[in-house]
Amino acid sequence: MAHSGPKTPHPDTLAVHAGQSPDSSTGARAVPIYQTASFVFPNTDTAAALFNMETPGHVYSRLSNPTVAVFEERIASLEDGVGAIATASGQAALHLAIVTLMGRGGHIVASSSLYGGSHNLLSYTLPRFGIETTFVPSRDIEAWRRAVRPETRMLFGETVGNPSVDVLDVPAVCVVAKEHRIPFLVDATVSTPVLSRPLHQGADLVMHSATKFLSGHGVVIGGVLVDGGRFDWQGSGKFALLTEPYDGFHGMVFAEESTAAAFLLRARREGLRDFGACMAPMTAFQILQGLETLPLRMARHIENASKVVAFLAAQKEVARVHHPDLAEHPDHALAKALYPAGCSAILAFELAGGREAGRKFIEALTLFSHLANIGDAKSLVIHPASTTHFRMDDAALAAAGITPGTVRLSIGLEHAGDLIEDLARGLRAASR
Amino acid sequence: MQVIVQGYPAYAYTGGREFDASLPAVVFIHGAAFDHSVWQWQSRYFAHHGRTVLAVDLAGHGLSPGTARATIEEWARWIVDFLDAAGLAKAALVGHSMGSLIALETALRHGARVEALVLVGTAAPMPVGEAFLAAALDRSPAALDMEAVWGHSRNAQLLQSPVPGTTLLGASRALNDRSRPGVLHAALNACNAYRASMEAVRALEVRSLVVAGTRDQMTPPKAGKALAAEIPGAKLVFLDAGHSMMSEAPRELLGALRSFLG
Repeated sequence: MAHSGPKTPHPDTLAVHAGQSPDSSTGARAVPIYQTASFVFPNTDTAAALFNMETPGHVYSRLSNPTVAVFEERIASLEDGVGAIATASGQAALHLAIVTLMGRGGHIVASSSLYGGSHNLLSYTLPRFGIETTFVPSRDIEAWRRAVRPETRMLFGETVGNPSVDVLDVPAVCVVAKEHRIPFLVDATVSTPVLSRPLHQGADLVMHSATKFLSGHGVVIGGVLVDGGRFDWQGSGKFALLTEPYDGFHGMVFAEESTAAAFLLRARREGLRDFGACMAPMTAFQILQGLETLPLRMARHIENASKVVAFLAAQKEVARVHHPDLAEHPDHALAKALYPAGCSAILAFELAGGREAGRKFIEALTLFSHLANIGDAKSLVIHPASTTHFRMDDAALAAAGITPGTVRLSIGLEHAGDLIEDLARGLRAASR
Repeated sequence: MQVIVQGYPAYAYTGGREFDASLPAVVFIHGAAFDHSVWQWQSRYFAHHGRTVLAVDLAGHGLSPGTARATIEEWARWIVDFLDAAGLAKAALVGHSMGSLIALETALRHGARVEALVLVGTAAPMPVGEAFLAAALDRSPAALDMEAVWGHSRNAQLLQSPVPGTTLLGASRALNDRSRPGVLHAALNACNAYRASMEAVRALEVRSLVVAGTRDQMTPPKAGKALAAEIPGAKLVFLDAGHSMMSEAPRELLGALRSFLG
């Protein structure tokens, strides 16, 4: 029998409103910027109650802040999670997830198709702290399964890896995660909740670099970590950090204190408290301005990207275009299934002339900006092998689908005709 | 803490303090397909202010194994057995939604065991719509949507949560989603079928408080008001909140409980 639940606000509405009631003291309709480090306690009893978690509220902006909380609740609503923690950057969100789930001796299985910064953290920095990562080809589900060890505490991948636009089969990796009772963290920076909701596909945790499409205008650095609230920490038996008393915070057993939000509780009460990579209120405000138009912008980003992909694929100077719009892309069918509204405004292509052609191409562009970022209203271009992914050796580069001649584009909100004209100019220069 | 009730372990959260049967006790009883964690703030407060606290996971819920009971009367028996197992001769019972009916029925049948009665988001009878029951029986996601949406103020998705960084509906729906198969339907069925003896209600000699949410879509405030009018001497408090007052108005609910329980 088919059942229909009550009508709930569409994500387009959530993007504008979720998490914000008009300010009760001033009536302000826009989200006020609570630019304050601390919050006054009305009396000593309330102060003690706030510290002992007998009442909710704000104490100090490293732990929580009303402006930041609006952003956290809005993105949690869009992702359909139980809550979120905003962080100083996407890197801080990834770090917060890892240090909340494991310590020395922990192990991560991660897709090899990752943002270079994430690869640095997992491959070079965390081993110094006793946390190892095994990288696996993102499409090889058996490799994910084989890489899991008794000490594995997290699976990690990007919904859409850049620069090769590798589409992660999130539901398939979720099966591996569930088999081993390990949470699966998905970096959904490129897809955003507008194009997919990884928690609906079975993921346990979602993170974003909010610097990218969420804010959308290249003006802030920020990140966010969302908890789906479904992972069974007690049943897993692998997460004493959440199921045993924590001497550092009232002897609290986080999984008993908050069944559905245990992870977030520890991440905030320990991770934000001690590592301190919190988001500034002004940053949250600016990201919220971006979020309000996220559904509109993503539609335009995707539409423009499709036109650019079609143009590049028809040019003789272009040896190969990486984008799932194209039937020859290995994830074409998967992308259609997981991302019916389109999956990526990021794309990569290889110039027939290799590295030298790439240099000429980039330097001839006048509309695209040559910089290390994605997800801006402005269209962006970069040469990954010499910038974002430069610490990777050739094998790691190849595993991430990058060649010396790969050029990455992040398609913005300009008129597609102008973008194509600029690219045509670059291609002419590259072929000279 | 764990005790054995009717042959199965029963878990209760003690609010961050060791259980102490020598102190006056408050037993918190959750609603359909929830668990002890809905009382996170209120239970922790009382445990640190002169009371001992047991926020119980009913059988088949949360960390308590076993089978969800089919009737409110069976649940009332279970609560009395739980009090026995914990070594409590008497306790204040604070129940929400289905938990309020369990607390009420416990007070009606075993009044000597109940020091005080607090009914949060209550109605007696508590009718449940056919569509909701059918969706719960089929374990349809629509049932979880109904529980979450009707269990809060209208458009609660758009409201700022009193708990920074946590979504009201998302947290509630996730908790329901974690419940074991069949538990939600059993609970809704028990609520729907329950008929309190109004004769016994009018003769109740337990100090009582009814807390009603002015924006409650599941147990409308007029239903709470009507029940309070039947309980001799019952106090009635309205909060500007929907059905899930523990999370929608945690500070205000705690204030009402503090005023009443002391």
